[in-house]
Amino acid sequence: MDASPGETTARIEALTEGGSRVLRASGRIDTAAAARLWPQAMKEAAGEPISALDLSGVETVDSAGAIMLLTVAPDAALRGAPDQVAAVLERTRKALGTIPPPGPPPPWHPITAIGRATVGRARAAVAGIAFIGEALVTTLRVLMRPRLLRWSDVLRHLDEVGTRAFPLTLLLGFLIGIILAYQSSIPLRRFGAEVFVPNLVGISLLRELGPLLAGVVLAGRTGSAFAAELGTMTVNEEVDALKIMGVDATAMLVLPRLVAATIAMPVLAMLMNVAGLAGMTLIMGTLGYPWASVQSQLQQWLSLGDLAGGLFKAACFGLVIAGIGCRAGLSAGRGPRAVGDAATAAVVGGIVAIVVMDGIFAVLFFRLGI
Amino acid sequence: MADDPVIRAEGLSVAFGNRTIFKDVSFNVKRGEIFVILGGSGCGKSTLLKALIGLVPLAAGHAWLLGQEIADEDDDTRRALLRRIGVMWQSGALFGSMTLAENVELPIEEHTRLPRDARAALARSKLGLVGLGDAAERLPAEISGGMAKRAGIARAMALDPPLLFLDEPGAGLDPITSAGLDKLIKDIARDTGTTFVVVTHELQSILAIGDRCIMLDKDAQGMIAEGDPRQLKAESTQPTVRAFFRREAA
Repeated sequence: MDASPGETTARIEALTEGGSRVLRASGRIDTAAAARLWPQAMKEAAGEPISALDLSGVETVDSAGAIMLLTVAPDAALRGAPDQVAAVLERTRKALGTIPPPGPPPPWHPITAIGRATVGRARAAVAGIAFIGEALVTTLRVLMRPRLLRWSDVLRHLDEVGTRAFPLTLLLGFLIGIILAYQSSIPLRRFGAEVFVPNLVGISLLRELGPLLAGVVLAGRTGSAFAAELGTMTVNEEVDALKIMGVDATAMLVLPRLVAATIAMPVLAMLMNVAGLAGMTLIMGTLGYPWASVQSQLQQWLSLGDLAGGLFKAACFGLVIAGIGCRAGLSAGRGPRAVGDAATAAVVGGIVAIVVMDGIFAVLFFRLGI
Repeated sequence: MADDPVIRAEGLSVAFGNRTIFKDVSFNVKRGEIFVILGGSGCGKSTLLKALIGLVPLAAGHAWLLGQEIADEDDDTRRALLRRIGVMWQSGALFGSMTLAENVELPIEEHTRLPRDARAALARSKLGLVGLGDAAERLPAEISGGMAKRAGIARAMALDPPLLFLDEPGAGLDPITSAGLDKLIKDIARDTGTTFVVVTHELQSILAIGDRCIMLDKDAQGMIAEGDPRQLKAESTQPTVRAFFRREAA
């Protein structure tokens, strides 16, 4: 379009006839011509109002050309316009006439904005509490009637949440083990305490990093997937359809995911731990410490309580991440953006939640002496 | 050249794997006419539309749009050709994160060097043309299905294409909205000389707007009729065509 003949043959010029201004246009006033002539047209529009458009020399005009002519001279009379040109201008003038002038922007007041945001947050919090309550009630109902839980769905989600995350978890765990071993060996070497690297890495992994990093993997992989899947179902009114059919949407959609994530997370955390310890052992070997020495340090300093505490935390993280993902999906708004927003909310909410929970667990375990 | 067909299709066949969707479909579309591709559900109407615009590969045959064969063109020529056609998708296919005005402005921004003011005014005039002048700042999620289809037409018309494809424009709309859309299509065709290719199975729309049509059939895996839809309704002796126009069960 931009290379059309209009680019070179089209012209506009403002003339004064009998005291009034006339804009004369000629050639092909098409999109390319409009793009070229627009600055000149705006300059003419800024002057005295144009009372007539002389279009006798215009061969053809398209929508963009018509927009330019009507912007320069919105109320001008047409002179000598060929039929096609007059028709396009008339049609465009009519179309532009249906558009109301842009209204003033809505008034903004800080108190109103703060109030709206507070009410919005409060509503979201209430809805979140309602979701937890609904999930609890459904869990109790399922405990009384286990048939309500769709075990085939639990297995499907276990596969998605668990087995498909194994390779990523193993890779991350192994690399974290290597990084921790290298980084901790530098300061410990200064004190001749390099032999305690396995203690440091082992305790870090089992008590903190294993569950936490597995939680981050779960939030990124699975929390977002839950939110996107349920968000799409919500946008497509599938969730409404379930409710109208009398099917308990929480039992069918939420519980299998919660159960699967709660079961899978300790397994993922365990894998993270094992892979991390393997990475650390490899590095210790390169530093001149044999496997037996590493094993001895680990046996001496790590307890079953460290492992059990970490795995318990992992199960809690799994439950919370899945819950946040499901809640984000089921509360998705309308339109295609809603699914993306739900997935983002699930990931951000999941990661923040597990870090906050980890802090609470740290205080709790310290008080309990675990 | 003015009498050259806007679309020339010769022996078109499309297959997905071993499954033939249709075969040996041939027709011409004349300049300025509203050409309807009709047929029952699953007969390949939308697939034919997609094959014509190069989204679905042809197993056999050739299609020329505006004198150019889309499959043979290099990227630049193909892009220039695609600029001269507009497509309204079945769902409207509006971008959810953009207002209606921004949706219509997108192809203008992509294909022209018009300044921002001109692009905005042009986009608004197109929305005004389809009766959505007062909804320019709304998001697609905030409008009805009928409005989304009209906005889809406005976007398809953004660059004044001489050829417009509409996929099921009346599907899922109430009769009044659907009739309004039919009138809009007729008005645009009359006022702008745009050629329309409309895929639909809405009988009333076919009879209201169609200058000429072809009918596809799932069992025949191809075209079973061609002509003026009103004439086909009155005179066709082909059992499927008769059943279609008389709304009889097969």
